Amino acid sequence: MRLLKLVPDDTKIQFMRHRNWSFPLSVLLIIASLGLFFVNGLNLGIDFRGGTLIEIKTTDGPAEIGEIRDLLSTLNLGDVQVQEFGAPDDVLIRIQQQDGGEKAQQEVIELVRGTLTSDVEFRRVEVVGPTVSGELTQTGILAVIASLGAVLIYIWLRFEWQFAVGAVIATMHDVILTIGMLSLLQLEFSLASIAAVLTIVGYSLNDTVVVYDRVREKLRKYKRLPITDLLDLAINKTLSRTALTSITTLLALGALYIFGGEVIASFTFAMIWGVAIGTYSSIFIAAPLLIFLKLRNTDASKDTEDKETASIA
Amino acid sequence: MIAIVLTVVVGFLAAVPNLMSTETANRWPAWIPGGQLVLGLDLQGGAHLLLQVERESLIDVRMEDLRNSLRTSLRDERIGYTGLTVDGQTVQARLRDTTQIEAARTALQEIVEPIPGGLLSGGLPVTEVTLDIASNGVIELVLTVEGVAQRVSSAVDQSIEVIRRRVDELGTTEPNIQRQGEDRILVQVPGLEDPQRLKDLLQQTARLTFRLVSQEMSGEQALQGRPPAGTAVLFSSDDPPIPYVIERREIVSGEDLTDAQPGFDQRTNEPLVTFRFNTTGAREFGRATTENVGRPFAIILDEEVISAPVIREPILGGSGQISGNFSVETANDLAILLRAGALPADLTIVEERTVGPGLGQDSIEAGEIAGIIAAVAVLAFMVLSYGLFGVFANIALTINIVMIMGVLSMLQATLTLPGIAGIILTIGMAVDANVLIYERIREEARAGRNAIASIDAGYKRALGTILDANITTLIAAVILFSLGSGPIRGFAVTLAIGIVTTVFSAFTVNRLIVAIWVRRRRPSTVPI
Repeated sequence: MRLLKLVPDDTKIQFMRHRNWSFPLSVLLIIASLGLFFVNGLNLGIDFRGGTLIEIKTTDGPAEIGEIRDLLSTLNLGDVQVQEFGAPDDVLIRIQQQDGGEKAQQEVIELVRGTLTSDVEFRRVEVVGPTVSGELTQTGILAVIASLGAVLIYIWLRFEWQFAVGAVIATMHDVILTIGMLSLLQLEFSLASIAAVLTIVGYSLNDTVVVYDRVREKLRKYKRLPITDLLDLAINKTLSRTALTSITTLLALGALYIFGGEVIASFTFAMIWGVAIGTYSSIFIAAPLLIFLKLRNTDASKDTEDKETASIA
Repeated sequence: MIAIVLTVVVGFLAAVPNLMSTETANRWPAWIPGGQLVLGLDLQGGAHLLLQVERESLIDVRMEDLRNSLRTSLRDERIGYTGLTVDGQTVQARLRDTTQIEAARTALQEIVEPIPGGLLSGGLPVTEVTLDIASNGVIELVLTVEGVAQRVSSAVDQSIEVIRRRVDELGTTEPNIQRQGEDRILVQVPGLEDPQRLKDLLQQTARLTFRLVSQEMSGEQALQGRPPAGTAVLFSSDDPPIPYVIERREIVSGEDLTDAQPGFDQRTNEPLVTFRFNTTGAREFGRATTENVGRPFAIILDEEVISAPVIREPILGGSGQISGNFSVETANDLAILLRAGALPADLTIVEERTVGPGLGQDSIEAGEIAGIIAAVAVLAFMVLSYGLFGVFANIALTINIVMIMGVLSMLQATLTLPGIAGIILTIGMAVDANVLIYERIREEARAGRNAIASIDAGYKRALGTILDANITTLIAAVILFSLGSGPIRGFAVTLAIGIVTTVFSAFTVNRLIVAIWVRRRRPSTVPI
């Protein structure tokens, strides 16, 4: 017995009609995201920009952010950001990359340690030098492209090319919108964010593949059905599963976001957003894309089928 | 079926030590796979340093060596030359007498002998230096690109050894020191509260030499004009630094030390370092001090004069002491450095990540709380959605999570904070396989099949979908693993293991439970 039924049995929602607004909306969102990315940029963390990140905890009550900022500004280290981090006695300090190579970065920590001596526990120190940050940027970009490419090939082998193209476009849509969100909120973009983006790639594909799998099955079963009806049927049949899985995943991520601590909060936030977008895109973008990619031309299919029957007869 | 149960049992056994205290876990029988989870540095606290061998400093040292070898080789054969210079990767000199070209070639042959190759050349010897003597008597020794690469590579190997000895002296448990790429070394030391001392220990080359102080002119004079041939001006560690004119030729170097210990001066009670030479070192030092009584010599560490005492009498015992404004700690560290030996090249820190033990503990606690809440929420949701079958799915999910822990322990993979996030994400996504199967069973049942047939068809038809869906995620995880580093790898590992155990538990554990239930109850309708 089911105590909870999110999606009624035998829904017959005509999803494909909605492509008239979902496509323009997504195009708009993509343009907005790319615009944000190019105008605002990402709030790149030290992994990609180099520099120093220090997390301290004051041991004698709440931290005096202003005081710390004043103290550090006397060191002439360029751009120094000081902010509260999850708790009033927890402070995150970001210091820009210093000119003068790898050794100059190391001197920063010694200076800061020398300045903030009283009642401070150094909880985390991260220094990324210029060479490493450059490499991390490269591998990060490479990782996203490589995974999209590998998945494209896999789906192409398992399905027809239209599915592969559709899945990759839908996934890129999700990645771009996630980057747009990170840019809009100026959340720190670090190595963990790359991991979040790749998880979104995985999740979104997972969702898309489930819908596509059903589309393929129905394609074999109903040779005469117009493509829009067929896609609607496939989505309706998988709707309950899509809803359930999205909810359990969001439940888990929500718990992680609220209770998992400040260090991974932005990582989790990106994933929550990505899962929501991924669910939307597999229904409203990935499926209708198959119409545009001419997976089955409604009229033509009738023709071929007539020919088939004719040849059998 | 036996195989399924066996796999689950092994997974459980491997996971169990994580619930015990470390002492109990150590008594856990050795035939059982795994042990306790390896916690990443971000969870247990510690220092992660990425060091890079400085190519330039290595080339500089090598060029200086080449220049010295050229000088001694020609001098030993009494071949006259002028204009010995080093320019970039070339040592140049000109023979006084062009009839000695062949003799010079023979004398220098030893320098251009190929050196044993390492991994880079597949073990084949590498030509490190090329020799060219023009008919006008100009000698050129050139360091080759392959030679430099080979030197960098072996410098990394040697440095790893030296670093290991130095880090061991800190008394920390299980440091991880490994080569990374061509010219980098990763040093991970867990549980270290103050990384500054580690950094100080790693960044010093600690090359100790004993050389004579030239008496041709004073340090100040040399700074005004030019130091005499074969000497260089080096400064002391005093404030302000005092210049000394030091002969380039080394009497003995740190390689000839067998031991170094911190101690105290018996008269002044100041900290100092005592040392002992090996036989060669003792002989050389004895000879030099006998010949130069009354002259000052200098003890030089990394091109800095620590002290420059006058030789009062020949030092023949093969041991001595270094004093020079040490504190107890600096004397101790110098002794460590001398015992561990010199680094073959300068090392630069290109990446540093240090986490204090407090933050690590907080992260573990936050991860545990988030994990428990996530699990409870998902378990409750599944029961609400599927009733009895939800309970079946939950049993599979629980076994799944235990197995992830078990596999992580068996592989001795490192659990990081993003790794915990990966497990929690898996909790959310793992039910997907069961949801797909259940939804399929419902569909089949509504299409008019009987209970057993629809359950059967449900598992069969969902398999393809589940495989396709999970393989795509697995691809992303594998790529993340191969390109990521540190914590990110930890995330990729748990995600990948989670995907595999998820598919396993949905198709074996869950199916087994459902099969047993069907056999017992012989249901006519499916209660989902």
